[in-house]
Amino acid sequence: MENPYLPYPVRIDNIEIATEDKSLKTFKFVFLNPEDEKKFSYQAGQFAELSIPGVGEIPIGIASSPVEKGFVKFTVFRTGVVTSHLHNMKIGDIMGIRGPLGNWYPWDKLENKNVVIIGGGFAFTTLRSSIIYMLDPANRKKFKNIDVVYGARSPGMLLYREELYEWEKRDDINMHITVDGTNDPTWKYHKGFVPQIVEQNAPKADENTYAIICGPPIMIKFTQPALVALGYKEHQIIMSLENRMKCGIGMCGRCNIGKELVCKDGPVFTLEQLNKTPKEY
Amino acid sequence: MKFITIDKKNWAKGIEKSRETYRLFGPVKDKNGVFIRTLEKDMLPDMTINDSIMSVKSVLFPQTEKILFTTLDEAKEDHHIMKRVEFDSSPRAVVGIRPYDAKAIELVKMNFDTDDYRDPYWCDAYEATTFVGVGINKPGPFDFSTSAGTGPFSESGLDVLMADLDNAYLAKILTGKGEAFMKSCGFEKNTDEKESQALFDILRKEAEKNISSHIDTGKLKGKTVLELHEAPFWDDIAFACINCGTCTFVCPTCWCFDIQDETKQKSAGRFRNWDTCMSPLFTKHATGHNPRDSKTQRVRQRFMHKLKYFPDKYDKGIMCVGCGRCVKSCPVNIDIREVCKIMNSYEKNN
Amino acid sequence: MDTCIQKIREIAFQLLDKKEVEKVIGFSNGTIPMATSPITIASKQDTEKLVFNSTCGLNLANYIRQQKGKIAVIAKGCDSRNIVTHIIENQVKRDQVYIIGVPCNGMINKSKIKSLFEDEIQKFEEDGDSLIIESSSKKEKLKKNDYLRENCRLCQHRNPVIYDVLAGDLVKEQIIDVPYPDVEKIAALEADARWIHFQDLTKNCIRCYACRNACPLCYCPTCFVDESGPQWVGKGQDKTDINTFHFLRAFHCAGRCTDCGACAEACPMDINVRDFTRKLNKDTFDMFGWEAGLDLTKRPPLDAYSPDDPNDFIK
Ligand SMILES: Cc1cc2nc3c(=O)[nH]c(=O)nc-3n(C[C@H](O)[C@H](O)[C@H](O)COP(=O)(O)OP(=O)(O)OC[C@H]3O[C@@H](n4cnc5c(N)ncnc54)[C@H](O)[C@@H]3O)c2cc1C
Ligand code: SF4
Ligand code: SF4
Ligand code: SF4
Ligand code: SF4
Ligand code: SF4
Ligand code: FES
Repeated sequence: MENPYLPYPVRIDNIEIATEDKSLKTFKFVFLNPEDEKKFSYQAGQFAELSIPGVGEIPIGIASSPVEKGFVKFTVFRTGVVTSHLHNMKIGDIMGIRGPLGNWYPWDKLENKNVVIIGGGFAFTTLRSSIIYMLDPANRKKFKNIDVVYGARSPGMLLYREELYEWEKRDDINMHITVDGTNDPTWKYHKGFVPQIVEQNAPKADENTYAIICGPPIMIKFTQPALVALGYKEHQIIMSLENRMKCGIGMCGRCNIGKELVCKDGPVFTLEQLNKTPKEY
Repeated sequence: MKFITIDKKNWAKGIEKSRETYRLFGPVKDKNGVFIRTLEKDMLPDMTINDSIMSVKSVLFPQTEKILFTTLDEAKEDHHIMKRVEFDSSPRAVVGIRPYDAKAIELVKMNFDTDDYRDPYWCDAYEATTFVGVGINKPGPFDFSTSAGTGPFSESGLDVLMADLDNAYLAKILTGKGEAFMKSCGFEKNTDEKESQALFDILRKEAEKNISSHIDTGKLKGKTVLELHEAPFWDDIAFACINCGTCTFVCPTCWCFDIQDETKQKSAGRFRNWDTCMSPLFTKHATGHNPRDSKTQRVRQRFMHKLKYFPDKYDKGIMCVGCGRCVKSCPVNIDIREVCKIMNSYEKNN
Repeated sequence: MDTCIQKIREIAFQLLDKKEVEKVIGFSNGTIPMATSPITIASKQDTEKLVFNSTCGLNLANYIRQQKGKIAVIAKGCDSRNIVTHIIENQVKRDQVYIIGVPCNGMINKSKIKSLFEDEIQKFEEDGDSLIIESSSKKEKLKKNDYLRENCRLCQHRNPVIYDVLAGDLVKEQIIDVPYPDVEKIAALEADARWIHFQDLTKNCIRCYACRNACPLCYCPTCFVDESGPQWVGKGQDKTDINTFHFLRAFHCAGRCTDCGACAEACPMDINVRDFTRKLNKDTFDMFGWEAGLDLTKRPPLDAYSPDDPNDFIK
């Protein structure tokens, strides 16, 4: 077995400002050793440790999709030591990536099912990965209806805007884009908070429908009752947690909720599983 | 099973001889108590003490360990590419450890050596190490090892178990590693297997009889995680705690760590340091949100991990070997035996 | 001592019975010899759990911050001085704490007593001025005064300086001619030897921060050692980082430390961290005639401006 602490060396290939307030940037990395890309084979929903030598490591959801080859992408919010440092790095800089880590959305179980994706704010990274994966021509027929509810404070705070508008035009995915508010008279999508848009637009649950939610705690808190009202059962609600992490491989001990380690047994759990564990997230 | 007797007169010479092959570690008396340390030349392990303040875990898992390094000097070709710090894989032996500490290593192994990942630092050190234990003839008043799945003459995790017979040590060779170590000391005087085993049995029984402290964990399994987690007693248990983490640092079974980068001029190192669930920083998110913000939550985590989560996860008993170190070292006397009693006897509706 | 315990229980009972306080913070019996544990009592039935003896070396002022409603607390001389410091530093309001003062005859030095025994102490009893201690191999009867903690031996404020009620008769204060013999001894060393003294002092430090966390003065929401942006101190076992922690903590306590000894008492490695703080206590005494926690109306000297400051940086 390889040293799970040793990051694969990568080069920053591109940096894009992702939101109008510049608090989020999307980093595109290319592996220095092409064979490392094969080893870093991942599923939508997994995360990785971005590793900046001398600064530290941070767990970040993988925003690129397994069907996109030749690079990996992450979208990072600037908040503390490592993320600030990363935001100041330049194209061409060398750093590391460790992973892929954690489990993923239950793609096997979701086959032949309707999938409703609900995201808020910048917790849309692994959801982007998932949508790209499901829309891939080789995969689209594996899933039935796909609905996406995604909201942000304002249009400029939506991640991956170009892609969102592209998806909006397609007929094999139902997009419900929303913002809390905007003065833009040309805004053609929803206005309102995510839970409310879910209540009004998400499909009612039957036993073949699953919802995946990612977002800030407050959004999750209010979206849950909306889903329950639509008939979703605990096992049909899938969530991804963000606990503080270090090792990412289930050894350093800090990310547990009960006996589950969020980094290794998660980050993806069903609400049914979460309701059996202490709410320490 | 092979038994060897060692005349204590030959002990020092034998230990000295083993240094040709092994780096030695063992209990050493220092001004603040007994520690497990590297035995420098001419130092002998202290075989007389009942236990050490710190456990043997640091031999495989130092409090601070550099795990990766690189250069930040962009003129160098491999700048910013991290590499593993060179590992000294030469054989090491820890001599004079107590059986419960060896058992603790078996428990910690479940964390560091899994089907999915292998922690190379811990595992490589483990493989390089021979564990030579000595039975505890007179267990102290805080030793509750027999009710924690081990005991004063437990063999689990050891390569050699020795018994102290006043003028001699009687050594029971438990593994090939153990045999090799004894050979390197020049200790090869075989004794009768049956007689020796009988002697061990007597010593074991005698020692076990002397253990006055016990815990009862029998009813923990039947309770749900949430039942115990939501129980009303945690605030009272936690009130005195000052979140120092001493209980986890001295514990042979606690394995939690932090990873930190440090730089010196152009060189960068990645270190791992012991960490503790008793510290608020342990779980604090970058956003400031902290899922275990109160000390009640943290104290509960420690006891739940040891007495509920770990047993549920692995089905190998509790994550405590009954050494009593945390009981003695906690500055405010929070006692796992009492907490275990409260948890074990808790019934939800009364 | 026993009458003092009775008195403490009676006072606590009355306070809870009359609902004058929400809870009483005191000491309860430990589960091992020579141990007592801080406890909070909210119901009058539980007041029987309260005890007080020569092993109550922790400082209960450390437990009175951020409590809801009015609380009562048991306070030795030093604890009461730390309560004064808390009041001056706005950590508690005077009318939020009901102080049950306990005139103190000093706390025992547990590690000194342990060092008399090869094996574990199994039994500890106090009988007036004597201590009766037993291990499985021997029994000792000791004079308590020979086994006091060093800070208690040198203490000149055994009586609480502030209280609402007393749980015992006031004791005679000690007159100490040389209050800082230890500091003077270290100061007399050559620079190299002094450095070695401090290196040796902290050599077994595991950075558990029990010393800091047991100290009523160390209430900062984020201690400088825990700060990550900027990070002042490395987190590992590097000597420099360990020293930085101890030096800086001592400076943060300058003019505030009451020499209650809780820090040293809490240290699992038996490190006398008071070697750092006492030097600064001596300095504030020599320069400003200041002892912490004696006066509700004065701020600590490093926290106050005075035109007759002995230093000239201000002029
Ligand atoms: C599974 C998962 C997926 C995530 N996905 C994303 C994503 O896609 N995009 C995104 O923007 N964010 C994501 N996050 C959140 C992201 O990991 C944090 O925002 C990030 O770790 C912040 O790092 P920082 O160094 O900038 O922040 P800081 O506040 O400086 O600290 C956080 C990190 O610094 C260290 N640290 C800080 N303070 C201390 C201290 N006192 N002691 C020790 N160590 C300290 C720790 O390593 C800690 O992890 C995800 C988190 C998880 C768990
Ligand atoms: S929990 Fe306490 S008694 Fe149990 S193994 Fe750890 S230190 Fe020893
Ligand atoms: S008790 Fe705490 S420090 Fe010890 S292993 Fe469990 S989580 Fe880690
Ligand atoms: S040693 Fe005691 S005071 Fe320190 S963290 Fe553990 S339980 Fe709390
Ligand atoms: S309590 Fe003792 S071991 Fe812990 S940090 Fe303080 S001096 Fe170091
Ligand atoms: S530094 Fe030590 S002696 Fe001084 S007030 Fe704090 S705990 Fe007491
Ligand atoms: S991050 Fe280390 S165990 Fe989960």
